[in-house]
Amino acid sequence: MASLSISLSSNLSATRSSNSISDLYLSSSISPQSLRFCGLRRAAFTPLKSSSSKQLVSKQCRGKLSVCASANGTVSGGFDYDLVIIGAGVGGHGAALHAVEKGLKTAIIEGDVVGGTCVNRGCVPSKALLAVSGRMRELQNEHHMKAFGLQVAAAGYDRQAVADHANNLASKIRNNLTNSMKNLGVDILTGVGSVVGPQKVKYGKAGLPDTTITAKNIIIATGSVPFVPKGVEVDGKTVITSDHALKLETVPEWIVIVGSGYIGLEFSDVYTALGSEVTFVEALDQLMPGFDPEIGKLAQRVLINPRKIDYHTGVFASKITPAKDGKPVLIELIDAKTKEPKDTLEVDAALIATGRAPFTKGLGLENINVETQRGFIPVDERMQVIDANGTLVPHLYCIGDANGKLMLAHAASAQGISVVEQVTGHDHVLNHLSIPAACFTHPEISMVGLTEPQAREKAEKEGFEVSIAKTSFKANTKALAENEGEGIAKLIYRPDNGEILGVHIFGLHAADLIHEASNAMALGTRIQDIKFAVHAHPTLSEVLDELFKSAKVKAGVSSPVGEPVSV
Amino acid sequence: MSASLLLQATITPSISFSSSVSNSVKLSRVGFNPTRNARRVGPIQAKIREIFMPALSSTMTEGKIVSWIKSEGDLLSKGESVVVVESDKADMDVETFYDGILAAIVVGEGETAPVGAPIGLLAESEAEIEEAKAKAKNSGGPAKISEVPATKSEPAPVSAPVAEVSAPPADGPRKIVLTPFAKKLAKQHKVDVNSVVGSGPFGRITPGDIEAAAGIVSKSVSVAAAPVASPVAAAAEPVKAAGKSSFAEIPGSTVVPFTTMQAAVSKNMVESLNVPTFRVGYPVSTDALDALYEKVKPKGVTMTALLAKAAAMALAQHPVVNSSCKDGKTFTYNSSINIAVAVAINGGLITPVLPDADKLDLYLLSQKWKELVEKARAKTLQPHEYNSGTFTLSNLGMFGVDRFDAILPPGQGAIMAVGASKPTVVADKDGFFSVKNKMLVNVTADHRVIYGADLAAFLQTFAKIIENPDSLTL
Repeated sequence: MASLSISLSSNLSATRSSNSISDLYLSSSISPQSLRFCGLRRAAFTPLKSSSSKQLVSKQCRGKLSVCASANGTVSGGFDYDLVIIGAGVGGHGAALHAVEKGLKTAIIEGDVVGGTCVNRGCVPSKALLAVSGRMRELQNEHHMKAFGLQVAAAGYDRQAVADHANNLASKIRNNLTNSMKNLGVDILTGVGSVVGPQKVKYGKAGLPDTTITAKNIIIATGSVPFVPKGVEVDGKTVITSDHALKLETVPEWIVIVGSGYIGLEFSDVYTALGSEVTFVEALDQLMPGFDPEIGKLAQRVLINPRKIDYHTGVFASKITPAKDGKPVLIELIDAKTKEPKDTLEVDAALIATGRAPFTKGLGLENINVETQRGFIPVDERMQVIDANGTLVPHLYCIGDANGKLMLAHAASAQGISVVEQVTGHDHVLNHLSIPAACFTHPEISMVGLTEPQAREKAEKEGFEVSIAKTSFKANTKALAENEGEGIAKLIYRPDNGEILGVHIFGLHAADLIHEASNAMALGTRIQDIKFAVHAHPTLSEVLDELFKSAKVKAGVSSPVGEPVSV
Repeated sequence: MSASLLLQATITPSISFSSSVSNSVKLSRVGFNPTRNARRVGPIQAKIREIFMPALSSTMTEGKIVSWIKSEGDLLSKGESVVVVESDKADMDVETFYDGILAAIVVGEGETAPVGAPIGLLAESEAEIEEAKAKAKNSGGPAKISEVPATKSEPAPVSAPVAEVSAPPADGPRKIVLTPFAKKLAKQHKVDVNSVVGSGPFGRITPGDIEAAAGIVSKSVSVAAAPVASPVAAAAEPVKAAGKSSFAEIPGSTVVPFTTMQAAVSKNMVESLNVPTFRVGYPVSTDALDALYEKVKPKGVTMTALLAKAAAMALAQHPVVNSSCKDGKTFTYNSSINIAVAVAINGGLITPVLPDADKLDLYLLSQKWKELVEKARAKTLQPHEYNSGTFTLSNLGMFGVDRFDAILPPGQGAIMAVGASKPTVVADKDGFFSVKNKMLVNVTADHRVIYGADLAAFLQTFAKIIENPDSLTL
């Protein structure tokens, strides 16, 4: 699992920052069209000049946000800062914005570039590539085009221009993130940060003297790097990780993708659309581990079988040698269980997508007696760091990929917000089961909550009943209008009280559709209530509407929320 | 969704089901009990039905048993779901057509069986369960005893090339490397990869290599050329395409595989190259025919029926033109005159047959023709309705084509190509000019049985009938 593929919060964060400071519009490249602003409609401010829009905004914000103009808070108790965040990725950024909103004086330390993995080497540039692959796929699908009555001459692409699109998007989002923090008055400190003692952090660039600062609370948000298994030699050209692949320096004719999780799947979508052939190497017995089995099976039928993809499951890539001396990339496969040699693959390139490893080295954790576990920093359910003796380290928190709870960009951000709530005196525990995840293949896959086997296991243990409801995109008007009827939505729920245990969607715009379900889960909305919510017709959201309506909840049975709803 | 099981009616006890079982799984069960076998040679009227792997889609060649909804010994009633089968498209519940008891499961969950192979046995009463179980047990036995025709013989050849492709050969003299798409194509076209020489980097087999080996000419059909396929084009193109030589690749071209019908056309067209044909053309004046057509048109008579009738009447006088040469040594004189008429239907070409066209009257013929065309459009023509022709008529006159040259379909002696009827200036024997409607007909014939004089005489007769068409309505 990794954070790479998750659609992140760039828009969200921009929106939030704009709540406070309207300068964002001037300095950043976000167009106002993409924003929602203190409940204002975009028409309300687009025609205005910047100065007036600023006034307008501040007026609108006054009651709601005390920090509108005053920016960063003032520190109490003799500390340099109320909150210091190590790592300016999506998690750190989300925490910083929320901290300022809560009136905390906040600094963020970044040793590399603002935005972290997600913005620079993950979800953001990969979305640019996937946007290209989606269009290529559509244009190349003559049958699909014909069904619309469209005639398109042969589709082609310019590799460098595609790569530039991804790169430009990343720098655009990075600037947005940087500006949003600068404008709020978050101090961006450059250098590698480490913990030197309780409530004390130092940072500095290599070769220069370090600066030490004190903070009431510290959040570690250093994220992760691609995990490269033993025996794999990465040369950045023919044996690559997602970091290199996103630069799209080459489009190999035949590439092996080691790992068939989100990252591998998304790259297979990109590469096959651009003309490559792909071979998956998966250590587990089936492709797409981690997905609900039924969804995985359907996804395989659509995303793998008809494409120029084959796969080896139940095998490890024990040794991968880059292409050199006129030889191809060599991949030695061994049986995942018996460890016996199984096969050798000779291909043009290999992408290592075996997940991500926490980036927690050099954090000075030994100074406060914290031991990492497989690199991850142990935390409790409130993200507070646990030391080697099993006791909580006061004022020290760790969020995002570095704690390994849920390696998704938006999960990191949510954890950061939760921590800020903590330190400002509001007890808050994040419900990780309500955090959605998405894989941006064509069509997309999204999910929230438990998979069916997980739900059944839980039900067995806790002694409740589990029911399944399913709807097909084939029955959805909008999907059919788009000629994209392939896909299902699946609801896993408790028939006794209508609780949503999990929702899995495979189909057109699944990643955008999941939020109705994840919000319902986060807010504890039950099926018997949400089924009365109205959806515009004809929209894809009716897939979920139908899903909730097709669930058979034994209304009134031990249900605390089964009140009648007046319409 | 559900599909209905194909259940074979009562089977004789000596049949073994071995071919249904996937080789890899049950080969170990070779225990074929000879005494039991001997006992069962007698005529036992056991009502045991085989449950077959159904064909759930047109492209499905094998299916995987996802799960058995019923277990052995369960009572089944008609219409109940028995088993879930995974095809290349979807998982489907499969239901039974018969009441009975699920006596034995031959292909277990997770196993694969070719379409048409028995996957379970259905006994009519409890008494037969043991019998059925014994059969199921023996199903791993000597495979070759199988007497069940057609579908039975297929599984082995189908699965063989697949196995070769997916199992990487052990350290042989040459390691065969296929790209993923090449692997898929090899499976689809049943290409033996051991016989393919790879042209890709490091000697790997590319999709192009497989296509070349399968005789598919890829990337020569351009996108723009796709629409409006006249029957002529449909008939002429496959001849070129079927050649095994590879052509230069034109970038950006698209490859569209033949439909079944197009593949059949292609095959026939290539076969036609083995027949020595020649052509004779003849101008026919149609003024009288046109006048007649105007008269009978309101009664539902079509030009096709008129021409077919005229050709049939002429053939009746020249039986040699209605003959064919099947083996290169003999004439085959056909007892009836069946006129096949070439029709272009969406994406293909088919030749519905007007049987006994010389005997049926014009109105019946027209009616029959209407039926055939409707069936052709609905793709419900029975084989005898399109492959029993003894002479073919192809008319492109309605497109304004003035003359063309048809390819002789294998198995027939001659084909007539009819052009448009056009006003033409003609000089009569006294030197007077007049304008008459003339159409050119061109007959292609197999010179092994039909000689030039035969054809000329036939055409003369045909022209006379057309020019004095009253006999058509008799």
